[in-house]
Amino acid sequence: MTVALDADFFRRWMSAVSAAVDREADRLTELDSAIGDADHGANMRRGLTAAVAALEEGVPSSPGAVLALAGRRLISTVGGASGPLYGTLLRRAGKVLGDQESVEPQRLREALHSGVEAVAQLGSAARGDKTMLDALYPAVEALGDSGDDFEAARRAAEEGAETTVPMRARRGRASYLGERSVGHQDPGATSSALFFAALADTAGTAATGEPA
Amino acid sequence: MSAVSGRVGVVLVSHSRQVAESVAHMALGLAGGADVPVAPAGGTGDGGLGTSSELITEAARRVDRGAGVAVLVDLGSAVLTVRTLLAEEDELPPGARLVDAPFVEGAVAAVVTASTGADLDAVAAAAAEAYGYRKA
Repeated sequence: MTVALDADFFRRWMSAVSAAVDREADRLTELDSAIGDADHGANMRRGLTAAVAALEEGVPSSPGAVLALAGRRLISTVGGASGPLYGTLLRRAGKVLGDQESVEPQRLREALHSGVEAVAQLGSAARGDKTMLDALYPAVEALGDSGDDFEAARRAAEEGAETTVPMRARRGRASYLGERSVGHQDPGATSSALFFAALADTAGTAATGEPA
Repeated sequence: MSAVSGRVGVVLVSHSRQVAESVAHMALGLAGGADVPVAPAGGTGDGGLGTSSELITEAARRVDRGAGVAVLVDLGSAVLTVRTLLAEEDELPPGARLVDAPFVEGAVAAVVTASTGADLDAVAAAAAEAYGYRKA
């Protein structure tokens, strides 16, 4: 069965991310207080609340425009590095999706892959640096050739976030901690996993026709 | 462009409003009160620690005299936000450039160089050169 990925699907996805970040904000902040500056939960909550509010004001007519608008709002409201990083992820993905009214899952996978590459380039980071990339790359790969294995992507993102625990941070404020960054899960990888959990939830809801 | 074009503008982006304002003050002071458009863009919009893309774009527009704008940044989200704004064609004035330089020393070098009427390339080069000066 193919899920219709239209603008409304993407709007609901962003709402689901916002709700998940809202629920997990304390945990994100707690993780960030161990190796960062303890603002990740509040920053992400502020950014996603603003993004969802912008999407509710006027729902853009294409998936690409939804992601572009959400990304733009994240860049202008988050206030920390996660703003430009997630903003770039969504905007690049939105650009790849273009102005088609609905997109195939394979196309979404390509768009997300391109977005993750843009994040890596912006942050001059790679897998293994203990960043959001350690959740994002495995998640996009787990979407599979058909691009619609959303549950596999959810699991891969969560497992990817867990793999950051023994890593030593090589980017961001946590990198100043050196060895002391080892033993803590990366907050950015954790919030990245929430994006994919929300995607799976949104796709599941679309497939069963049940309201969230 | 004919006639005398304006000075290169300088934007100073820090996580802290006080740091950005103080470095602007110091750079202008060390440049002998030169007539260079300098604007700090420090902290978040509500005065906290962080980066505000709105403060950065406002500052860049304020110092744009058509000769280019050198943007100096401290670290982390300041760097990433400016890179992201530059990736969007319409966010910053044409001729805005992220300068790879140490924040304080680079700001002084940029403002002093801009005060001579130098172009953006020269301002950026002077700021970047500050990396080469060893202190010990």
